[in-house]
Amino acid sequence: MKTHTLTINNKPHTVEAEDDMPLLWVLRDLLDLKGTKFGCGQAHCGACTILLGDTAVRSCSLPVSQIGEQSITTIEGLSENGDHPLQKAWTAYIVPQCGYCQTGQIMNAAALLRNNPNPSGDEIEQAMAGNLCRCGTYNRIKAAILSVVQ
Amino acid sequence: MPAIPFLKNKSVENKSTVFLPSRRDFIKISSLAGGGLLLGVSFQCRREDETISFSPNVYLSISSDNKVSIIAHRSEMGQGIRTSLPMIVADEMGADWKSVKVIQADGDEAKYGNQNTDGSFSVRMFYEPMRKAGATARHMLIGAAAREWGVEEATCTAENSVVTHAESGKSLTFGELAAAAQKIELPDQESLQLKDFSSYKLVGKDTPIIDLDDIVTGKAVFGADVNRAGMKIAVVQRTPVVGATMRSYDDTAALAVPGVEKVVKINGSGNPPGLNKPLEGLAVIATNTWAAIKGRAALEIDWDLGANASYVSEDQMEAMKKSTLTEGMVRRSRGDFGTARKAAGEVLDRTFEVPYYAHATIEPPAAIADFREGKLEIWAPTQHPQWARDSVAEACGMEMADVTVHVTLLGGGFGRKSKPDYVVEAALLAKETGMPIRVQWTREDDLHHDFFHAHSAQRIVATLDAKKQLTGWNHHTVFPSIGATSSADALQPSDGELGLGCIDFPYEVPNIRIETHESAAHTRIGWLRSVSNIHHAFAICTMMDEIAEARGVDPVDQALELLADEKKLDFAGELQGNFENYGEKLEDYPWETSRLKNVIRRVAKEANWGKPLDEGNAMGFAVHKSFLTYVACIVEVARDGNGKITIPRVHYAVDCGIGVNTDRIRSQFEGGAIFATSIANTSAITLESGKVVQNNFDGYQLVRMPQSPKEIHVHIVENARKPTGVGEPPVPPFAPALANACYKLTGKRIYKLPFSL
Repeated sequence: MKTHTLTINNKPHTVEAEDDMPLLWVLRDLLDLKGTKFGCGQAHCGACTILLGDTAVRSCSLPVSQIGEQSITTIEGLSENGDHPLQKAWTAYIVPQCGYCQTGQIMNAAALLRNNPNPSGDEIEQAMAGNLCRCGTYNRIKAAILSVVQ
Repeated sequence: MPAIPFLKNKSVENKSTVFLPSRRDFIKISSLAGGGLLLGVSFQCRREDETISFSPNVYLSISSDNKVSIIAHRSEMGQGIRTSLPMIVADEMGADWKSVKVIQADGDEAKYGNQNTDGSFSVRMFYEPMRKAGATARHMLIGAAAREWGVEEATCTAENSVVTHAESGKSLTFGELAAAAQKIELPDQESLQLKDFSSYKLVGKDTPIIDLDDIVTGKAVFGADVNRAGMKIAVVQRTPVVGATMRSYDDTAALAVPGVEKVVKINGSGNPPGLNKPLEGLAVIATNTWAAIKGRAALEIDWDLGANASYVSEDQMEAMKKSTLTEGMVRRSRGDFGTARKAAGEVLDRTFEVPYYAHATIEPPAAIADFREGKLEIWAPTQHPQWARDSVAEACGMEMADVTVHVTLLGGGFGRKSKPDYVVEAALLAKETGMPIRVQWTREDDLHHDFFHAHSAQRIVATLDAKKQLTGWNHHTVFPSIGATSSADALQPSDGELGLGCIDFPYEVPNIRIETHESAAHTRIGWLRSVSNIHHAFAICTMMDEIAEARGVDPVDQALELLADEKKLDFAGELQGNFENYGEKLEDYPWETSRLKNVIRRVAKEANWGKPLDEGNAMGFAVHKSFLTYVACIVEVARDGNGKITIPRVHYAVDCGIGVNTDRIRSQFEGGAIFATSIANTSAITLESGKVVQNNFDGYQLVRMPQSPKEIHVHIVENARKPTGVGEPPVPPFAPALANACYKLTGKRIYKLPFSL
């Protein structure tokens, strides 16, 4: 067991964890940050998406030992009061059905906009292709992202 | 033949009474300490031959600080029911929706009435009782205000949680009136004045779901999000083949994994596996999920794989297809199909294949159990909390009263989370170890050990006479029955399963013969969003398209023609068993061809059916009634520059009676089309050597954003008929409409799901 120091949502955290423990379980089990969800454990579904710096990363497949100095943002730290433009757009378009995948969807969309503030519809589809939604909210997700872009 | 479990307990609850709960119930609710109004609603569950009264149950309360609380007794899994039912109560009361708090009920059917959330029946069953509950509260609040002011009740109104007397300009809030309202006599339920539909402010409108803010900020609590002090995590290695048993195991390496504390055996139910029992397995209990996953990987287990070890799903599919060439058990018969066939000018004989499907909710099953002082407290994302409670009590040898099941939000359900096997696992482990336990299924566990939608073979033989009239319809359907998961001798589809879009074939054809064949279950079969309607609609609606082509008529025109004169279907004298009509009496919910014809005309109009399309585009049509909701669907496909087929547009017309939350009706259809795109194009479960071949989302593929239908237009028929559900009805007609569209584009008929675009 090793001690790892992580910067999560602008706050330092120290955790005791095996080197190979994926960040997902560090967040959920050790730090009680439950907004990041477990879906597949193999980076196929995107439910566990967080930001590492400005990049969307599947936390289920990122061992804690490989994070280094980079800052981590989870859904809990995306905005102070749940008022990130994407969160507001998700609300305006009543995007969620069950809601389980949506925090991962929002984090993935946030990374997209940080790297490409003005994506086309096709670019949104390609960027969001790694995030599964079994309820089938894709069209509202796309509309919500486009509303923030325009 | 056993009834389909998901149709059980679906007794009609159309008789409700509102009552004043006991003083004891009143003081239990702390928010009412300063005085308030508390009402209970008692549902009467009527079955054919019995009357059962449940009491007391769903509560609504108003505290002196003007807060309205409404109990949601159905499970929320994305269909919006935690919003739709409380919204009906609030609208009927005249409550300020923004100040309404929705409280999720624990599993307790004696108290709350039916909580089995599947079969698309929450709104159907509870629309009227919720209205009555709200109207009762409104009458009592107005009564209290009128008494206070010495005016006629009829001159007062209730809106935004305030009762107003317009003439004098006096007003009092619900909170100010609550204590006095508690003393007002309950209005007579039969003469209760309900609001006119047009005066509703929430019902019939687009109302946002109440959990929206919690979901987008990550605060919403799903199953695995519940935390208990000292909780351990269990990951279970379950039998790879249904019915297998453990000869021996070695847990030395597993126990050596840092964080692993214990390994505990779970005894399985054997064969048949049952719908509410765990599979045989070995649980690795650890301080965190990752340690439990690693510990499980280190287990060594010697399995006696049992009778299903040689099972190959593809072989069974071939056998099922072959069986459709033989004479089966006749389940519906009209006229004489044999004679029609002999006299036929043309015979179309087609065989259809649909695979096993997994539910693949993005939230894998999980449950938390805490055993203290002889009582079990459970948190679970469950569609059927009372069944979970009963199953836990039985498995743990406890009294039901000592088991509490709290219902969290569900990260998708689709029928999977009706079955409480994972809840029972958590309960058994908590009781055995004395530790609070979260059982966490991985994606691999979910796909390997689901209760699958049954794979099926169907053969339809259609006969045309010399004038190209459709004279005969012979439908063979064969699939392992849901009943077989509990009873090995259930070899034929049940009446309930055939009532899902097969024996209720609605068209005017003079000679009809519908036959079934035997097929055993070798894995766990369950119900998945729209159940047998999936394969029946695929075969019937693609066959009808091919028949229309052979007759040289338009498929939309043909559907209208063959539905013929408007009438109410009862299939009387033609069935060998019963038509269950989704648990409802035909006199209450008749099968009306006029409503089916109406959605056909509407979808054709909205989609511009028959008008010229862009070069490289084509449309396909399908119509299918399920769960008492009438749905017609037109899918448009297009070939892009690379020769790839895409789905630019989908049109649905739906008649679900009164539309309670129109936004959630649309969202169910948008999502239903995408769910059905996976069924049509990407997903299939297969088994070899008794084991599921697919492990994760690389093997069991779901449609992703780039491949999903682009525009999904939902046209809701406005009428004042009784509301029916919309969770499942979008799914059945989509795959055949897509297949029919692809045929028009490619000239290639599609008889097998999934097919790639």
